[in-house]
Amino acid sequence: MADLCLLGTTPLPHRLRRRGSLASLVGDEVIGVVVFPGSNCELDVQWALQALGAETEIVWHRDTDLSGIDAVVLPGGFAHGDYLRTGAIARFSPVMTSVAEMAAAGRPVVGICNGFQILCEARLLGGALIANRDLSFICRPVEIEVVDSGTVLTAAVEPGTVLTLPLNSYEGQFTDPAEDVRIVARYVADVNGSQGRAAAVANAGGNVVGIMPHPERSSEEILGSADGRVLLEGLVAATERMTV
Amino acid sequence: MKVTVHIERRAVIADPEGAMIARSLADLGYDEVTAVRTGRTLHLEVEGDDVESVEKRVIDMCDRLLANPVIEDYRVEVDQ
Repeated sequence: MADLCLLGTTPLPHRLRRRGSLASLVGDEVIGVVVFPGSNCELDVQWALQALGAETEIVWHRDTDLSGIDAVVLPGGFAHGDYLRTGAIARFSPVMTSVAEMAAAGRPVVGICNGFQILCEARLLGGALIANRDLSFICRPVEIEVVDSGTVLTAAVEPGTVLTLPLNSYEGQFTDPAEDVRIVARYVADVNGSQGRAAAVANAGGNVVGIMPHPERSSEEILGSADGRVLLEGLVAATERMTV
Repeated sequence: MKVTVHIERRAVIADPEGAMIARSLADLGYDEVTAVRTGRTLHLEVEGDDVESVEKRVIDMCDRLLANPVIEDYRVEVDQ
């Protein structure tokens, strides 16, 4: 569960921009932002990426053709109402087959908050996210320390850098019984009981990354922090490298 | 056929809700409770005549959707 949203509503048609329309004006790279029923951070992600000069496209969860899209972000929200388990139903949305193919092809795939939960349920990332240790919905800025610069999200960040990003989740406690997940960033303080204080994790290739706090909500000073910007810049740069 | 699926966290996985209930029970004086684990029960109505094949299908449902094997165990009971 993350954030308030309108469960069961579908995006209005004007929010869906089809591939091919409004062709890229800046670079050739296009970052798709996937919308599930119940997603609610897609426009924030789109705004933040566009502010960095990236071309973005909102992708409905029933779309299966991701041709022309070079990277995808699964944004926060409560996909499919978070029913059963967070991300459990979203994992079977038609778009996820294409997302898995992109992940396998080494393309950047980033899940933020609920998107992170979906990537775990889809087994594109190891581990799982369960309710916070203290059963509280945590909604406040937290400090995270980037410990691994070898991923599409952290390539522009020196290890040891501390970033302040807003956390906004109930099922934010990362657990990894197999203990083989690559931790990319750790909470400076143990805020929710996450194993290894993991705030962000990646697959072995570093192209699939899940992060629980929200970089897009801390991408401009007016939002209280611009610390998330460097992460999104890393994603945009990684996507550009893919399309060269 | 009625099929019951019991889903619970694997023992190694934290159960914050169970821990909270255990604390609350202790507050009420039920000191004999040493641990609480929460779970989920799903009741399915399934068409089919053959218990074995129904059970097999429901196990498949558990592996794919109903349970997350990373953190959960499940048990399937078919009631003819």
